[in-house]
Amino acid sequence: MAHSSQPIRPIHFILGGSAFALLLLLTLGTVIALWWHAETSVALTPSDWSIIQFTIVQALASASISIIIAIPTARALSRRNFRGRQIILTIMGAPFILPSIVAILGILAVWGRSGYISDLIANFGVGPINIYGFGGVVLAHVFFNIPLATRIFLQGWSAIPIEHFRLSAQLGINTAGITRHLERPMLHAAVPGAFLLIFLLCVSSFTVALALGGGPKATTIELAIYQALRFDFNLAKASQLAMIQFALCVVLGGLTILLSKPIHFSQGLDRKVERWDAHEIQYRIFDVFILTIVCLFLFLPLYSVLIRGIIPLFTLPATVWVAALNSITVALLSAIISVAMALTMSALIIRLAHKYQTASQAMEIVSFLTLAASPFVIGTGLFVITFPFISPFTIALPVTALVNAAMSLPFSLRMILPAMIRAESHNGRLADSLGMQTWTRFYIAIWPRLRQPVGFSAGLAAALSMGDLGVITLFAPPDVATLPLIMYRMMSSYQLEAAAGVALLLVSLSLSLFWIFDKGGRLEHNLR
Amino acid sequence: MNKLTILAAGLTLALAIPAHAQDLPKLTVYTYDSFVSDWGPGPSIEKAFEATCECDLDLVGAGDGAALLTRLQLEGTRTEADIALGLDTNLIARANATGLFTNYANRPERLDVPITWTDDTFLPYDWGYFAFVYDNTKISNVPNNFEALIAMPDDFKIVIQDPRSSTPGLGLLLWVKEAYGDRAPEIWAGLAPKILTVTAGWSEAYGMFTDGEADMVLSYTTSPAYHIIAEGDETKSAAKFDEGHYMQIEVAAKLASTDQPKLADQFLEFMTSNEFQSIIPTTNWMYPAVIPTNGLPKGFEKLITPSKSLIISADKAQMVRDEALAEWLTALSQ
Repeated sequence: MAHSSQPIRPIHFILGGSAFALLLLLTLGTVIALWWHAETSVALTPSDWSIIQFTIVQALASASISIIIAIPTARALSRRNFRGRQIILTIMGAPFILPSIVAILGILAVWGRSGYISDLIANFGVGPINIYGFGGVVLAHVFFNIPLATRIFLQGWSAIPIEHFRLSAQLGINTAGITRHLERPMLHAAVPGAFLLIFLLCVSSFTVALALGGGPKATTIELAIYQALRFDFNLAKASQLAMIQFALCVVLGGLTILLSKPIHFSQGLDRKVERWDAHEIQYRIFDVFILTIVCLFLFLPLYSVLIRGIIPLFTLPATVWVAALNSITVALLSAIISVAMALTMSALIIRLAHKYQTASQAMEIVSFLTLAASPFVIGTGLFVITFPFISPFTIALPVTALVNAAMSLPFSLRMILPAMIRAESHNGRLADSLGMQTWTRFYIAIWPRLRQPVGFSAGLAAALSMGDLGVITLFAPPDVATLPLIMYRMMSSYQLEAAAGVALLLVSLSLSLFWIFDKGGRLEHNLR
Repeated sequence: MNKLTILAAGLTLALAIPAHAQDLPKLTVYTYDSFVSDWGPGPSIEKAFEATCECDLDLVGAGDGAALLTRLQLEGTRTEADIALGLDTNLIARANATGLFTNYANRPERLDVPITWTDDTFLPYDWGYFAFVYDNTKISNVPNNFEALIAMPDDFKIVIQDPRSSTPGLGLLLWVKEAYGDRAPEIWAGLAPKILTVTAGWSEAYGMFTDGEADMVLSYTTSPAYHIIAEGDETKSAAKFDEGHYMQIEVAAKLASTDQPKLADQFLEFMTSNEFQSIIPTTNWMYPAVIPTNGLPKGFEKLITPSKSLIISADKAQMVRDEALAEWLTALSQ
C-alpha cells in the first residue's frame, strides 16, 4: 500500500465515504431490498448447484485464457512503436463495449456454421466448424476481455520508468533479464487484479453464455436470477443467488489482495520508452505474429458489425438520433460520476491504508462488488426502494447514469488508485514539505500523474454506459429511450437491418467518446 | 452553441408539448416493448384511441409479457397502470393469483379465437401459432412433425429459445408436452442433437436464423407474413406440423387499482373494435382476435393453417410447465 502518511481530513471521509455508501446501496442494498420484499425463503436445488459450478468453471477458464493471450499482446504493444498503433489501441476497446446481442451475431459471423472461417475451410471440403458448447462460451468471453486485460497490462508496462530500461540497456541486460527484473514483478502485481475483473465479468454473463453454450448446460447464475425474477417472481431466490455472486466476489477479491504483490518503481521522468533490447529479430517476429493473430481475432467480428450496419445507418429514423442524444448524456454523466467516485474513494483508501489496513482493503474488495452484482437485481432492487417515493419515470436517465457509473467503478478504481498511490509516494511528501494544502496539493502534485488514468477511466465509463442496456428497461418512461433500448426494440419488431445500423452507430459513438477522453488524458504527455 | 440558441431550443421544446394534454384524463397501459416501438401497433393505436376518448393514452413498454407482470407485482396496488396489455394464456394463472386484476365490463359480441373464450378478467386482442420458420429456397424436404424433425440428417440444425427466459421458448415446451404427454422426454432427447443452440430471447434466435446460422428457428406461423408484406420476400415459410400447433393468445386486463375504471373499460372495448384489430396484423404480426371487416391483409392467405390448435388451459399451464421444464432440462443437459 501507499507510503503516504497523509492525514485523514473530514472532506475525505465525507466524499469517499458517500461514494462508498452509494456503492453499498447499489449492491448489497438492492439485494437486501429484494430479500425484504420477498415473502418466502427457498433452498437451493441440485440444479442450482450445477449452475453455480458451470458459472465458476467457465469464468476461470475465460479469465485464464484472456490473460495468457493479453500478456504477450500488451508486451508487443509496449515495446513496438509503429504507425497505426494508436488506432489499434482505440479499436481494441470495441469488443468490450459491444451489446451482447451484437457481439453474439458478430462472433458467429466469423466462427459460426456459415461464418467466414467455415466458408473458407469449405473450399477444402472441411467443416463447418461447430463452436457451440463450452468452447464457444470461452471464445466469446476471451473476445470480450482480451482488450481489457491488454489495457491493464499496458498500463503496467508504462508504469515502469523509462530510466529502468535505459539502465538495463547500459548494463547490457538482455530481454530475458528485463523480463525477470522488471516485467515479471510488474505482472505479479497486475495479473491478480485483472484476473478478478475478468472472472467477475464472466460470472455475470448471461445471453452470450447461453447462446454460444449450445443449451441449458451453459446456464449461468445470472440466467437463474433472471428466471427467478421474471418467470417465477421469486424474489427470495433471486436475492439468494445474488448473494452467492457476492460471496464469490468477496472470496476471490480477498485472494487477489493476498496474492498481488504491490511493487514500487522509483520515480522516472515520464519519457517515451525505447526498448533497445527487443530489436532482435526473433522478438520482432514474435510480436508481429501475436499482434496479427489478436487483431484478426478481435477485428473480424467488428468488421461484420461494420458491414452489416453501414447501409442501414444512413436511413435510421429520427427517434434513433434522439435516443443517441439521450445515450450520450447518460454516458457523459456516468463518466463524471464514475471518475468522481474513483477519485474520492482512492483518496480515502490511501489515507486509511496507513492506519487501518483492513478497512482500506475491505473498501477495495467492496469496489469490485458491482461487477458481481446482477443488473437485474440492481434494477429491481432500486425499483423496490424508490417506487414508494418517486415515479420511476422521472428518474430514468439519472438512475441509469448512476448505475452505469457504479458498474464501471471497478475499472476506474483499478486505473486511478495505483496511479494515485504512485503520485503520493513520488510527489506527496515533497508537496507536504512545501506546505501545499488540499486543493493546491492535489492540483499540482497529484493531478498531473492522474490525468492519463482519469482520461482512460472516463472514456471507458462513457463507452460502457453507451453500450449497456442497464436499468433503463425498468425505469424508462414511454417517450424516453437510449440507443441499446431502441436497438432491442427494433430487433423484437423484426427490424434486424435497422437494428444493425443502430449497433454500428452505438459502437462508433462509444469509441469516439472513449477516444476523446483517452486523448484528453494523454494530451500533456504528448506535448512534453 | 450560445446561450440564446439553447434558450430558443428549450422554448421550442416546451411549446411543442400540447397544452391540453395535461387537462385530459390519463390512461396508462403497461405493455411489452415491441408493442410500443415505432414499428409496433403502439403509435397507430394511441392515435386512434385518443381521437375518440378525450383522453391521453400512455403506452409504457416494460420488457416482455412476463417482465411486465413482474413489474406489476413489484408495484402492487400503487401502480400507475390502469391496463396491462400483453400477458398470454400461460401467465393468466400467475396474474390471477396476484389479485391485482378485475373483470372487464362488456364481453365483445364476437371473438375469432380458435377456442371458446370464457375468462371474465382477461380479454384477448390477438393470437398466433408457434412454428418453425425456414428458408424455402434452401430446404425442400421440410419436416412435417417432431418425429420427422428428429429423423432429419445430422447437419440439420434448429435454434430455439430458453423456456426460462422467453415466451416462444415456453410455448415450445408446452407444445411438445401437449402433443406428446408422457413421451415428451423422449422427443426432447431426440431433438437434442438437432438443437444448434438455445438463446435467451427471440431476437438472438431469429437473428441467427436470418444470418444463415441455423436451418429453422422457433417463431410464429405469422412470421413469414412480415417478410411477405413488409419486405416483399417470399423465401420464408413456416413448417406445418401434423401434431397441431401450440397457440399463444395475448390478453389484456384492467387493474383493480385503476383510478380510471370507465376509461379502462372503454379502452378494452376499443381493443376488440374493428379499428384496433385492423392495426394488429401488420404491426404485431399476429392474428387479430376479431377478423376486421375488410378481412386479413393480403399476404396472410399464404400462411399455413394448422390442422389442430393446441393449448393448455390457463389453470393447468403452471403445473404442466414445471414438470415439462424439468424434463426439458434433463433431456438437453445430457
